[in-house]
Amino acid sequence: MNDAGNEVNRQARIRTGSLEKSPMHIVICIKQVPDSAQIRVHPVTNTIMRQGVPTIINPYDLFALEEALKLRDVHGGEVTVLTMGPPMAEDSLRKALGYGADRAVLLTDRYFAGSDTLATSFALSQAIAKIGETFGRPDIVFTGKQTIDGDTAQVGPGIAKRLDLSQLTYVAKIASIDLKTREIEVARRAEGGTQLLKSRLPCLITMLEDTNEIRRGSLQQALCAARSQVVKWTAADAGIDDLTRCGLRGSPTVVKRVFAPTARAESAAQIDTAEKGLQDIADELIADILTRRPALEHELAFNSGT
Amino acid sequence: MSTASQATPRLAPGRAGVKKELPDRFKDYRHVWVFLELERGNVHPVSFELLGEGRKLADKLEVQLAGVVLGPPGEMVEDAVAEAFAYGADLVYIVDAPPLADYRNEPFAKALTDLVNTHKPEILLLGATTLGRDLAGSVATTLQTGLTADCTELDVDSDGSLAATRPTFGGSLLCTIYTLNYRPQMATVRPRVMPMPQRVDKPVGRVMRHKLSLVEDDIVTKVLGFLPDNQSAMANLAYADVVVAGGLGLGAAENLQLVKNLARAIGAEHGCSRPLVQKGWMPADRQIGQTGKTIRPKLYIAAGISGAIQHRVGVEGADLIVAINTDPNAPIFEFAHLGIVTDAIRFLPALTEAFARRLSPHSRDKLAS
Repeated sequence: MNDAGNEVNRQARIRTGSLEKSPMHIVICIKQVPDSAQIRVHPVTNTIMRQGVPTIINPYDLFALEEALKLRDVHGGEVTVLTMGPPMAEDSLRKALGYGADRAVLLTDRYFAGSDTLATSFALSQAIAKIGETFGRPDIVFTGKQTIDGDTAQVGPGIAKRLDLSQLTYVAKIASIDLKTREIEVARRAEGGTQLLKSRLPCLITMLEDTNEIRRGSLQQALCAARSQVVKWTAADAGIDDLTRCGLRGSPTVVKRVFAPTARAESAAQIDTAEKGLQDIADELIADILTRRPALEHELAFNSGT
Repeated sequence: MSTASQATPRLAPGRAGVKKELPDRFKDYRHVWVFLELERGNVHPVSFELLGEGRKLADKLEVQLAGVVLGPPGEMVEDAVAEAFAYGADLVYIVDAPPLADYRNEPFAKALTDLVNTHKPEILLLGATTLGRDLAGSVATTLQTGLTADCTELDVDSDGSLAATRPTFGGSLLCTIYTLNYRPQMATVRPRVMPMPQRVDKPVGRVMRHKLSLVEDDIVTKVLGFLPDNQSAMANLAYADVVVAGGLGLGAAENLQLVKNLARAIGAEHGCSRPLVQKGWMPADRQIGQTGKTIRPKLYIAAGISGAIQHRVGVEGADLIVAINTDPNAPIFEFAHLGIVTDAIRFLPALTEAFARRLSPHSRDKLAS
């Protein structure tokens, strides 16, 4: 499945012994998302104007990808990047190959259309199982913390549960991995602090943001990425027999309606600024605030300067 | 009032307009549950906010509201149970066992999944915290049911389905989601999105205690330690009474100092809109909005923030919103209470000075007398 260039990389790692000694296999799930900063809502129809919106790799996934590549730097092995999406999601896989991933798998089928998080984690976990059969069982599955378009943070835990992987979410740091004892230690962001956890491989890690910075792929990797074959699987290719668990049919949630919030009945009372000094406007604003909320005066007075 | 209720003319039509009967195996699923999150000895405030919301749903459905408390045997759990009743629960389910001392996915997911399968709630609500999201995702997967994350409004439609509204498309629109043919209907809600209900002292009511069907040896993941955050260094935006925030209208990272100066003068927390975090001008824990912190202060001053929907849903619970923006057509003026069309960079120092004058020790004495 690899093209010649990636095969050269792989051979090189085998020669240096890293692949033989510790054939670590990491799968990272990414998602191609619209660059949400550029989404516009049609002012009249309230529908989303998606035409021409550029797509990017979900930014949270890049922290997971970099962490996977860093682990490969240390332990050797291979990084397989997986996405589910329309055929054009191949673009994001090529970008991931450009950063240095060894192999890319695109799960694409019209049966996946309309998947919610439960159906998505089903399809991805089936594909990961198939990747395991075809290319070697993964030791770690990575996902980003969440996506910027869905923001649910549910697909990672869903995959972990379905594949019976130790679930390590919001990981800030991978402290150590021992491939002999199959033990892993991580620092995990928890409510009010950082949890230090020891767990076992195989595990699923959702990587916290700002924990690393995605590398610039080498020129050789960029050339490889352009030439590489992306593995394309349909539902059947991924070994999915039960199509009722995919897409809209396999999604317990139903989106009833999408809408833009309406404006408040009355918009903000504007403080007139014409021909007034800034200090006067400021005094007027404070007077207005304290007329509306008299109790604030005490509160602000007692807290000020602290 | 949250955004959606203004757009929705009340109850949605039955079964989200889908004529389909609930499968027989789910017909005896009843009552509303709220998971109470124990955070190193204390109940996370989001759990009380959810009890308030759960109470409303239970009353509409004419069913009971139950709290769920998972933790180590002892005082911590008993205190949480008492709080659950004080915030409106009719009964509380407890699983107390030593492996539940610190949060780990395996024992918590097991305990909650077993409880659901035994007692069959129709609605299960959790806080959208790191703990709640970690737990909800795996429980919903095992139960094969629908889970709607980060809801900003929960309602019950005319035939009893949960209508869960949340921002979508990166917070640029809202959508209402149903879990029609599966139970329980699960949803998470971020801290501060729902108002804090009144606490009323009440005797501890009906309690159902269950055993954990796991022992420590069954659990793969072990907790080696916990490093608490330095609380003074962490932003406590979500629960601050006064908040000042800056947006792209400030033009440059150094102008954020103007926001901080005003915040200091009036004892406020400071924050920013999402683009500033993306630009690296402020750390992520200062971000206000759908993907950052939801705030409900008594006073919120937004300087140079345009007011995208994802920001709006994060601040709409504020009692008084003051917006400063050069653009008279900025969306923020649609939901602010007080607006000033002016350049925040020039206006903020004047406002800081005016507040300082008004709140000077002399004025304070006047107030005290």
